[in-house]
Amino acid sequence: MGPSKQTLEEILSLAATHFKVPREKLTPDDDFFKTLGIDSLQALDLLTRLEHHFRIELPDYELQGVSDFRTLADRIQARL
Amino acid sequence: MESFHGEALSWELRDGAVELALHREPCNEIGSLTLDELEKFVTILKNFEQQAHALIIYSELKAGFCAGADLRELYRRSQELQQRQAARGVRHYLERIHRVLNTIDASPLTTIAAVHGVTFGGGFELALVCDLMIADKMARFCFPELRLGLIPGFGGIPRLKRDLGNAVVRDLLLTGRSFNATRLQQVGLVSQVVGEGESLRVARATAAQLGKFDRRTAIAAKKFIKPIPYEELQREINVFCELFAEPAVEAGLRKFVESEDAQPYLP
Repeated sequence: MGPSKQTLEEILSLAATHFKVPREKLTPDDDFFKTLGIDSLQALDLLTRLEHHFRIELPDYELQGVSDFRTLADRIQARL
Repeated sequence: MESFHGEALSWELRDGAVELALHREPCNEIGSLTLDELEKFVTILKNFEQQAHALIIYSELKAGFCAGADLRELYRRSQELQQRQAARGVRHYLERIHRVLNTIDASPLTTIAAVHGVTFGGGFELALVCDLMIADKMARFCFPELRLGLIPGFGGIPRLKRDLGNAVVRDLLLTGRSFNATRLQQVGLVSQVVGEGESLRVARATAAQLGKFDRRTAIAAKKFIKPIPYEELQREINVFCELFAEPAVEAGLRKFVESEDAQPYLP
């Protein structure tokens, strides 16, 4: 089972707002490092924001090798 | 010297609190330059005891409080020296940083770390010497040393053991994963979690509150509740130095320094 549409949409909206990228430019299968133009420290910042937003704790090692929004949403969904 | 502006840090006395600001790009990595200036700071810290009641440590950089030891400098220096000299150099560096941190830990001033963003490795250890940790809700903490084949070397393990249950200490050290400020408040390490950009303001308000109390009482209370684990701190230096001699460390440092990976800070 994949992530819910709502989870994915909330992640995309949060990333677009925080990194000041138009929401319509982001798609679920984008490599967020490339699309958002972020490095690993900014990815950890995104992770912290997502933890607050969803009120979850997501260990960063679960993001090893994860670079697209859909897989990120999968990992978050598993904690909801 | 009531105020100082160096290359890595600056300090000034403000409303009864000494404010130590870190400002070495990119994220206050602690190398020889920062250590020199920290030593200068602890040398004059005693002079503030009559005029100040608190010390606030914070970062002026957007990226965060401090990303830890300057691994690039550590790697470069260890490459320039023969193995035995490099081992001696590392021990000397650790003994110097321990003297600095132990002095801040034992200071009669009430000490507050106002942290935000990246608070990793040696940066986390710097925050751990303080009596209170006030964290921006977006602060992130971790001990990534095991990825390099090392343990934290700036007093992190004994101070974590002093403040936390062993299960959390093991999670932090053995997984190397990062924790957010709310989680560290839940386990008892962070005293206040505040909104984005608010940690210094809240630290100043907290320092003003502390200033209302009798200093002798505050000093006696701190001494009673915050013992300094000197013996374990020395053991930590020894274990770190033993591990530093292993080939895995050189490989781990090289991988970090030469990495063009988009995810070097992810475990």
